[in-house]
Amino acid sequence: MGIEEQLTTVLAKAVIETNAAESVKELEAIRVSYLGKKGEITSVLKGVKDIDPKERPIIGKKANEVRDELTALLSHKKERLEKEALERQLENETIDVTLPGKQVSKGQTHVLTQIMEDIEDLFLGMGYQIIEGNEVESDYYNFERVNLPQNHPARDMQDTFYITPDVLLRTHTSPIQARTLESHDFSKGPLKMISPGKVYRRDTDDATHSHQFHQIEGMVIAENITMADLKGTLELLAKKMFGEDREIRLRPSYFPFTEPSVEVDVSCFKCGGKGCNVCKGTGWIEILGAGMTHPNVLEMSGVDSSKYSGFAFGLGPDRIAMLKYGVDDIRNFYLNDQRFLQQFKRKG
Amino acid sequence: MKVSYNWLSESLDLSAVSPEDLAEQITLTGIEVDSVSEPAKELKQIVVGNVLTADRMEDSDHLNITTVDVGEEDPVQIVCGAPNVKAGQKVVVALPGARLANGMKIKKSKLRGVISNGMICSLDELGFSDSVIPKHSEDGIYVLPQDAETGADALPYLGLDDAFIELDITPNRADALSMRGVAFEAGAILSQTPKFTGVNLNEETSDSIENYINVSVENTDDNSVYKMRVIKDLVVTESPLWLQRKLMHAGIRPIDAVVDVTNYIMLEYGQPLHAFDYDTLDSKDILVRRAKGSETLVTLDGQKRELNQDNLVITNGRVPVALAGVMGGENTHVTAHTKTVALESAVFESSLIRKTAQSLNLRSESSSRFEKGLNRETVQQALDHAAALIASLGNGQVVSGTAQIESEQPVYQKVTTSADKINRSLGTDMTVHDLESIFDRLGFESSVTTELVEVTVPPRRWDITIEADIIEEVARIHGYHKLPSTLPHSESVPGELTYAQKITRYTRHFMESCGLGQAISYALTTTEKAKAFAYSGKEPVELDWPMSEEHKALRQSLVSGLLDNVQYNVARQSKNVSLFEIGRVFNQTDSTLPSETTHVAGVMTGALVENSWQESHVEVDYFAVKGIIDEWFDTLGVREAITFVPVKDYSEMHPGRTAKVFWNEQLIGMVGQLHPSMAKERDLNETVLFEIDMEPFINNEHDTIKFKSIPKYPGTSRDLAFVVEETVLHEEIIKVMHASGGNWLKSVRLFDLYQGENIEDGKKSLAYSLSYLNPDATLKEEEVTKDFEQVKLALTEQFGADIR
Ligand SMILES: [Zn+2]
Repeated sequence: MGIEEQLTTVLAKAVIETNAAESVKELEAIRVSYLGKKGEITSVLKGVKDIDPKERPIIGKKANEVRDELTALLSHKKERLEKEALERQLENETIDVTLPGKQVSKGQTHVLTQIMEDIEDLFLGMGYQIIEGNEVESDYYNFERVNLPQNHPARDMQDTFYITPDVLLRTHTSPIQARTLESHDFSKGPLKMISPGKVYRRDTDDATHSHQFHQIEGMVIAENITMADLKGTLELLAKKMFGEDREIRLRPSYFPFTEPSVEVDVSCFKCGGKGCNVCKGTGWIEILGAGMTHPNVLEMSGVDSSKYSGFAFGLGPDRIAMLKYGVDDIRNFYLNDQRFLQQFKRKG
Repeated sequence: MKVSYNWLSESLDLSAVSPEDLAEQITLTGIEVDSVSEPAKELKQIVVGNVLTADRMEDSDHLNITTVDVGEEDPVQIVCGAPNVKAGQKVVVALPGARLANGMKIKKSKLRGVISNGMICSLDELGFSDSVIPKHSEDGIYVLPQDAETGADALPYLGLDDAFIELDITPNRADALSMRGVAFEAGAILSQTPKFTGVNLNEETSDSIENYINVSVENTDDNSVYKMRVIKDLVVTESPLWLQRKLMHAGIRPIDAVVDVTNYIMLEYGQPLHAFDYDTLDSKDILVRRAKGSETLVTLDGQKRELNQDNLVITNGRVPVALAGVMGGENTHVTAHTKTVALESAVFESSLIRKTAQSLNLRSESSSRFEKGLNRETVQQALDHAAALIASLGNGQVVSGTAQIESEQPVYQKVTTSADKINRSLGTDMTVHDLESIFDRLGFESSVTTELVEVTVPPRRWDITIEADIIEEVARIHGYHKLPSTLPHSESVPGELTYAQKITRYTRHFMESCGLGQAISYALTTTEKAKAFAYSGKEPVELDWPMSEEHKALRQSLVSGLLDNVQYNVARQSKNVSLFEIGRVFNQTDSTLPSETTHVAGVMTGALVENSWQESHVEVDYFAVKGIIDEWFDTLGVREAITFVPVKDYSEMHPGRTAKVFWNEQLIGMVGQLHPSMAKERDLNETVLFEIDMEPFINNEHDTIKFKSIPKYPGTSRDLAFVVEETVLHEEIIKVMHASGGNWLKSVRLFDLYQGENIEDGKKSLAYSLSYLNPDATLKEEEVTKDFEQVKLALTEQFGADIR
């Protein structure tokens, strides 16, 4: 058999083997067996030097063609096999993408903190400072300085935890107002503050009473502050807490540290004002107390009440949270039952 | 204060305003209305009946068979269980189909086989509270006067056709604790001037008060006005129906005509009165003075009261006969046998009455009015009105003249302001005319110009004394709904959290991102819990008069409360609990106020990772909380200044798994595992916790971070494994490595810790990776090797480390 025929036969055999190969590894073996140093085609080519020199170019050309054809075939087949292998691998790697992911734990913010920070952020945005004070206060700052002298009938309105006859657990955050008023330098601008914090009353704990609760009081003192400014500010606050559609109404009331004093109702966020169980049929819900800071409070802090005036307001985050989320027992806020706390995990 | 709409109609024309509308307007302009009730809305088919016959039913010890004329053709038969039913009485009958209070319905029925066509009613069944029903009608039916018209609607007779507005009166508006005060208030709202019927007092001119009473007052600071009249030749009877029903609806039980009149006048004028049985006073001299330490008085309620210097008493010149403004004496009160009444109308110092009422726990309608203040203008008028009424109801005579001490006259307070000031305070633009009309409605005399507003406030509004009070009156009558809404316009100063507030908020976010939920616990706890975990050794701050042992002392640590919370959750099947709290702890100091320090604390128990389809259960352990605070310190930029020192003597904590935490030299907290026996007591599994004083971090503002350029040259690392005594602390090793590691040693990381097989008992094998970097050049192998050898040497020398 001539070399040319040999080549054709070898190539045909190689093509059959290549087509039958099922793995890259088999292909590599085929390559080695035909094109390797001791491969069949290589061996054939080695025999070229023994043939007639006249035929060499023809045989040489044929041999190269055979080698190139097989190489191309192998490479093509390899590519196909690799692609198939990848497809198989991907197929095998398929997972149930609906299975739960790995555990990440994130603690929730206490619902009262959420309410308080929302309010803090609103007032920070309007240029107020947040000022915190002591939870244990003197009788003097807690009562006398907010226009509640000894034997004032309004002292009945708040039962107090005393530590000594002169020291008590603050019943409101108002002593911070008195302390800030006396230190504020009005030549450097108006005083705009809110004071959030814990307060204490001598109450028996039940569904609607707690001996410890929270309060946020706000105060603005400057020249030419009007009651209309108070109304506008509280309107903003009510909308922020209960929604854009809310309205407020002011009712006359009494607090020793403000004059005039008002209670502020917000239109019921549940029924919109038609009357329901949340608003007890009135369409309105009492949410805070407010008023124009009493001149005595200013004067006692050394502020000239003929020049400066302003307003103050106070609200209870506990009550707001109860109303807003329908919480029916104030004690929930202080038991820290995870089943309660985690209900307020959602942001926004 | 419960206001009767019908009573109010005696002085105002209310024909154009319904009780609900009036209540709404009162709420919006001045006084909070608690409720409006209209009993007639619940009561139906209730008529006046005339009892024709009443016979005891056979076989019954209490039932009567009655026939009652109810204005229909034939009388009806009614079975009645009341012991006081008698023929000839006018009674209240609920006919079949009637509805009574509390929704009770009346049907034709049979009692022991006897047909009953309705019911004869007690006051209780008509909705009156037990506390206001006259004693004689308490256990039976109520008997109407003989002139009641048979068959007529019974409700008007009992004042049940009325509406009642319950006012919630704040301490500043004590003027509205009287019908006249409310009439002025409602008049201002409705733009009406209330009209009161005058008093027709006929004095018995032939007899004069000097023959009976001589009044003196020890100190007119305690008792500025004391007036007394005498009514003689009386027959004390029951009050007429009109008076009884007014009292009952106001929440006061009718007693007899004299006492009822004093109560009625108190409701009408807000002036408390007291009636003495003159003959029992046994003296013409009335002296008002402070009690002496040794004195006692048996009060109306039969209680013997020990008196002291703080109690003001009325005496007969020798011994106390009444506690001024609070309660009368048992021996001098009016009875059915009283012939002559000495009637007192006075003004007592409010704080004195308050103290006495409080200390003897004797709060009454009278004492609360003395405490909150009185209309000085009607002290005499109320007395005259009462005297006339008592005389007319008891067929007696008012002795001419009033015995009195009157150290002060009613004051017409002048308060000045300006229209400009009012408008600037309220943000309004009211005119002089607007203001004038408001003062007219209030019944205040005023002179109003643009520059000057001068208002004369009558004594009935003693709460108004300063400019701000006038502004409030204007605002509320003008209407708060008419105020514009604006925001303060002032130069804008940016609002910003303080550094401490930022760090506090950051810490909250950080702890939450580590999987701990925020808790808020009570600051007041038991003394024992207040002290637990605090280690200050000091006694906690305690309340002077706690309500319970549970909330008695101020906490010295947060962990104590958090553990309670954790226990609460675990007991309710929440096995994995991670909570933190940021709050104050309290400690006694040398000054009056205790110190208040902000702490952060956390407690974790249960699984850190729960068994799942691809993760296996990991229990919390010491290193879980240690990792959290390590990272927290790192982000606060203080990690380098923090050291952990093992501590064995905290009784609540695991002695081998607890560390004190120091910031520089200062002890700032602890981290560790709850003592297993404490955990067992609380039914908890392994529980770890930490508590750190935040003050050093919230009060020390840091320098700004300085950017360091990213290294251009590669670093290199070497691993080092060695065996040391197990007592050698990681932190000590790190310190030595850094001290001996040369300039280029940047960080050290522990990557293996082993004890057990192949390691001698009492020793541990540690493996660290040391990272080297020269930011300015490529490190040479020889340099690193040289430094690395120094570390080995130091470890060997200092800890006897056996390098592997
Ligand atoms: Zn509603």
